[in-house]
Amino acid sequence: MSLIKESFASLHTKLENREISVSELVDASLNRINEVDGQVHAFLTVNEDEARAQAKKLDEKIGVDGGKGALFGLPAGIKDNIITRGVRTTCASKLLENFTPVHHATVMEKLDAAESVSVGKLNMDEFAMGSSNENSGFIAARNPWHLDYVPGGSSGGSAAAVAAGEVTFALGSDTGGSIREPAAYCGVVGMKPTYSRVSRFGLVAFASSLDQIGPLTRSVEDNAHVLQQIAGFDNRDSTSANMDVPNYVEALGGDVKGMKIAVPKEYLGEGVNEDVRAHVSNALRELEKLGATWEEVSLPHSQYAVAAYYLIASSEASANLARFDGVRYGVRHDARNDLIEMYKKTRSEGLGDEVKRRIMLGTFALSSGYYDAYYKKAQQVRTLIKEDFDNVLQQYDVIIGPTAPTTAFKIGENIDDPLTMYANDILTIPVNLAGVPAISVPCGFSHGLPVGLQIIGKPFDERTVYKVAHAYEQATEHAKAQPVL
Amino acid sequence: MITKEQVEHVAHLARLEIGEDEIDDFTNKLDAIIGYAEQLNELDTTNVEPTTHVIDIRNVLREDENKPSIEREQALGNAPESEDGQVKVPSVLD
Repeated sequence: MSLIKESFASLHTKLENREISVSELVDASLNRINEVDGQVHAFLTVNEDEARAQAKKLDEKIGVDGGKGALFGLPAGIKDNIITRGVRTTCASKLLENFTPVHHATVMEKLDAAESVSVGKLNMDEFAMGSSNENSGFIAARNPWHLDYVPGGSSGGSAAAVAAGEVTFALGSDTGGSIREPAAYCGVVGMKPTYSRVSRFGLVAFASSLDQIGPLTRSVEDNAHVLQQIAGFDNRDSTSANMDVPNYVEALGGDVKGMKIAVPKEYLGEGVNEDVRAHVSNALRELEKLGATWEEVSLPHSQYAVAAYYLIASSEASANLARFDGVRYGVRHDARNDLIEMYKKTRSEGLGDEVKRRIMLGTFALSSGYYDAYYKKAQQVRTLIKEDFDNVLQQYDVIIGPTAPTTAFKIGENIDDPLTMYANDILTIPVNLAGVPAISVPCGFSHGLPVGLQIIGKPFDERTVYKVAHAYEQATEHAKAQPVL
Repeated sequence: MITKEQVEHVAHLARLEIGEDEIDDFTNKLDAIIGYAEQLNELDTTNVEPTTHVIDIRNVLREDENKPSIEREQALGNAPESEDGQVKVPSVLD
């Protein structure tokens, strides 16, 4: 097995015993990127020199303090909507092609403190708007399990880089499924924490009431290790939860005996692929064997989530993306020395069609005469969806269903039909609207492509989500499969 | 039904320019998306409070203290044009 694909625990043992150095580990990551990324296109920027320099520094440090950082020496990839000091951050948009942030996102400061090594910035759908990575303003990332298929989105580069063994972990962001859907499509573990658990300071805002940063890894244990480091209160994010961070790693390995699982009938209905349904049923049987029980429940407003989401997320996006006007940053397109014309030219040249569509939808929904009928209505429906989750989670420990209704689709298959594309997120979007945490873990294959199992928890109860995910992962072999590249 | 004129109006509000060759496609796709969103009207939401935010946080306050910040030069480093320590834009007034 290649070094990069080993668990954090195994790598840390080898680093402690000086069997390997951080430089060797970082080289293994950079070599793998050189070897496969020409096919996968997970990376938009690779910081080869900075990563090597950082590795050297950590190798010197290990001689002094033994390498104390919780993520010491681990090569990581960062979604390109998380700002990184001195490293180009594009959000996969031509408009930000030349943008180099002058400070770090909070999660980057935390990763630096935990002593991981960032090797580069990862591909995504432009401004995180998309479910396939085909909306990248530069090049579409591909699914390491089958290069003709999408890796999912919007954190497609993050999922693909982890699946292809280019990094030991990646950070992504999830507004309507953007961590979990690509994790499912690429056969890796992806966690969307409770809204407000991880600081959004330095995450380029798409929909501020929904956006959340989270880790993508090859195992549940590694995932818990990363969340442990990036979670926590931040006074630079006014929506950050001022609550203690519990020990996620300690929650692993626990017993799921007696746990009550809810299975929403809406998550296994029409539109959900038969193989996907079969794998979820098998997973429930596994959990039953481990002593958990499950019952069918209803989340009656599920079918309205996609419509409510697109109105809410696009409205917030239309406001958030107003800042990309060619004044303070980005690529400016000049026009006849007129300010409004300059804004229009800059935005029209720099932004892709899907981003424009969502800005227009949001502007429409917020415009005079339509606000009550669309935006307010969507927020009222959001209340109903949240109440659905509150009701079920009062009686059950977790909710389980598929992450996505199908496996990854072929590149180009859905690109011209926004509504079909939006339907990929039908099982992940309600979770963002309710603000609760959810993880996707591999649960099998259909025609050679991975299927993801989604485990949804109570607000701030990532521990139980991890516990169930870990018990399931340990009882099965699905997480051990690797793509051949 | 969304009209081409509405799309042009919204594009102007959003500071976007939609070319003649794209306007039909944008109108059709936006119309389909808004048509899809109309299904929310099946739900009776009388007396349902809108949810703007899932967690109960309000009025987050902090002391107004001076803290280290980035230098002006750095702040202007990403601006397409600057002059005399300020960002430069085309003239706003004739």
